Amino acid sequence: MTALASAKAGTNGANRKQDRKQNRKPTTARMPRRRSQGKRSLEPWFYLAPAFIVLIALLGYPIFQLINVSLYDYRQAQVSGKAPLQFTGLENYQKLFADPEFWSVLGNTVLFAGACVVLTLLVGTLLAVLATRLRPWVRTALFVVSLGAWATPAVTGSAVWLFLFDPTLGLVNKALASVGLTQFNGYSWTYDKWSAFGLVASEVVWCSFPFVLVTVYAGIQAISTEVIEAARLDGASMPRIARSIMLPMLRPIVMVVTIQSIIWNFKIFSQIYIMTNGGGIAGQNLVLNVYGYQQAFAASLYGLGSALGVIMTTLLMIITLIYLRILKRTGEVL
Amino acid sequence: MKIARSAAAFALAALALTACAPPTSNNAASSSDEKSGTIRVWLFSEVNQDPKSAVVKAAVSDFEASHSGVKVDVQYIPVDSRAERFKAAFNDPSSAPDVAEFGNTDLASYVASGGLSDMTADIKAWDESKDLDSKILATTDVGGKNYGVPWYVGVRALYYRADLLQKLGLGAPKTLADVETVARAVRAANPDMLGISVGGAAQFSAMPYLWANGGNIATKKGDTFVSGLDSAESRDGISAYARLLKNDICPPQTCAEFGGNASVQQFIAGKSAMTIGGDFNYKAVAASAVKDKFAVVPVPGNTAGSIAPAFAGGNNLGVFNSSKHHTLAAEFVELLAGKKFQQKMFDAMGNLPTFSDVQKSVAASNPQLDPFIKTLAAGTNFVPVTETWSTIDAQGIFTGMYQKIVTGKADVNTATADAAAAMNKVFGSK
Repeated sequence: MTALASAKAGTNGANRKQDRKQNRKPTTARMPRRRSQGKRSLEPWFYLAPAFIVLIALLGYPIFQLINVSLYDYRQAQVSGKAPLQFTGLENYQKLFADPEFWSVLGNTVLFAGACVVLTLLVGTLLAVLATRLRPWVRTALFVVSLGAWATPAVTGSAVWLFLFDPTLGLVNKALASVGLTQFNGYSWTYDKWSAFGLVASEVVWCSFPFVLVTVYAGIQAISTEVIEAARLDGASMPRIARSIMLPMLRPIVMVVTIQSIIWNFKIFSQIYIMTNGGGIAGQNLVLNVYGYQQAFAASLYGLGSALGVIMTTLLMIITLIYLRILKRTGEVL
Repeated sequence: MKIARSAAAFALAALALTACAPPTSNNAASSSDEKSGTIRVWLFSEVNQDPKSAVVKAAVSDFEASHSGVKVDVQYIPVDSRAERFKAAFNDPSSAPDVAEFGNTDLASYVASGGLSDMTADIKAWDESKDLDSKILATTDVGGKNYGVPWYVGVRALYYRADLLQKLGLGAPKTLADVETVARAVRAANPDMLGISVGGAAQFSAMPYLWANGGNIATKKGDTFVSGLDSAESRDGISAYARLLKNDICPPQTCAEFGGNASVQQFIAGKSAMTIGGDFNYKAVAASAVKDKFAVVPVPGNTAGSIAPAFAGGNNLGVFNSSKHHTLAAEFVELLAGKKFQQKMFDAMGNLPTFSDVQKSVAASNPQLDPFIKTLAAGTNFVPVTETWSTIDAQGIFTGMYQKIVTGKADVNTATADAAAAMNKVFGSK
């Protein structure tokens, strides 16, 4: 048996153990035989009750109200009782779907969030791999620096990045101009749609890669050295070890990190709001969350804003469900 | 079994949705009009708070001395979070004040929310009201009723660098076309300076161009408004303003994102030869490095000697609908927004008065105000007085139109047609 096969067998073995555990579950549930059937089916709910109550209060009710409000013509006049409340059904949704701006904002959001997710994962994973090969003190320095970026509040980070990229006074333009790239003298990074998105995306990656770095690094450390050593003895090259041993073993972690990144980046608000001054020139940098804020709170169209919220929640739920499905199919357990 | 259960859950959810409407509050006008008790007042806090507090304190002690059994409780609220504070007060009348200061562009949406009390009768019975600038009083008029007393007003005029213009042998611009040629000439001679700093998001600098050309944002037609942005006159005014945001005057790369404040900051920093700034900017400019080098004239119109209609910004004092002391509250408004205290507020804060006679007297003793008072006297204009304007403003329809033109995303005809259509949709949605 080669080491590669044994590594596979190792993961399979773990799966088998998991299966066995799952198979055992019904037996443990059957343990208190003397209790009546009704009581037995109530018992798990009793233990789950505290969590359920908290979830319903903190999540269920707001989502219920969000959906509820999205079905009404609900503006400030209705809230303060000046105009009659009207149930309009799906009219808010129809309005949104008929509005080309909504579709362009949705497109922006998907592209922007997608780019942020890919870049964050790439930078974080590469640095995690790098961290395993660094001397301890260099690694510590790397971690301290990246944790600093992670700890910086989004608002502060965005403001600092704006200073750095200021057209006339910013350090970046000055540095670029001083090495001969004079076209950057007074260059506005937020003028063009894609350069503005690029600037915000860099800030987002800067403040979210440390999470990926730390998590993936921990995952790499958790891979037992014996497995890798065995592979190496069998003559596997480093890329082969990475592809066939480390990546499969890291998959659960990478999945979690990916889902989290998608959810976070889809919901970006502060960075866009601050760095592009509320959505950029003529709204070119609007993403769903900022658009929703603009409609719901700045324009006091609470019904329409809620419809946007519902759409966003649904999209994120679908993405999460797809990922959970994939995980289940490949037999990984979160 | 499973299907039945989920169908039941779905039916239950649907029932719950239709059964409980989202919460609304009852914000009916208070029926009582008590003659004693505490009058709660909200005023905006200022960067330079002390002089304002001193004047208000004097007004409060005057009022308490002449009304026994009445106390006035003044709270200063930040301007930035005013929207949340006012909405909260409308939703929960028990936490609302009796009297409040608010911006005149916010008035229509507050009225639509049922938050403000009709003051038409109070103003009519008030002897000082006949001297109120009628154009400015009109900004408080919704459907023929006045919902506030103008407390002070702000207008913009043309600031220019007298030293730079003189060097080129140029005088102060006499027409809007002049502004453009002078700006281009100054930038040609000083390539690192903006000819005039204006902004794609500086809507109040753009409005005089629109109005001077005979255009309009929207006109009232029956119950609703109809946008006039796509008329030939409006398009002329919009193009004239957009021509300033070109590389040879104020490059769009730099200026497309500027709001009113950012434009004035460029002038203060000595980076632009002209700008459109308010009377409220005067102090900052006069304290800057360019203090000995600038002059101010009214923004000219299309013909020499005329003045372009300016946007009449400003703040009002009004009474809340939920107030249990309408009469007392209105009396306090008439005291604080009356001639005596407007004069005091001018002395303390430099706020331009809203009474024509007080305006004249402060202008006589303060020559630097002359261009602003002249602008006021020439007649001002305002945004459409409808609650839908705050939606249009929040969605950036008006400023977005200028930004699309100056960044080349749309030509004038398309951008104005789109903006007019978008505005009409919002006007019609109420």
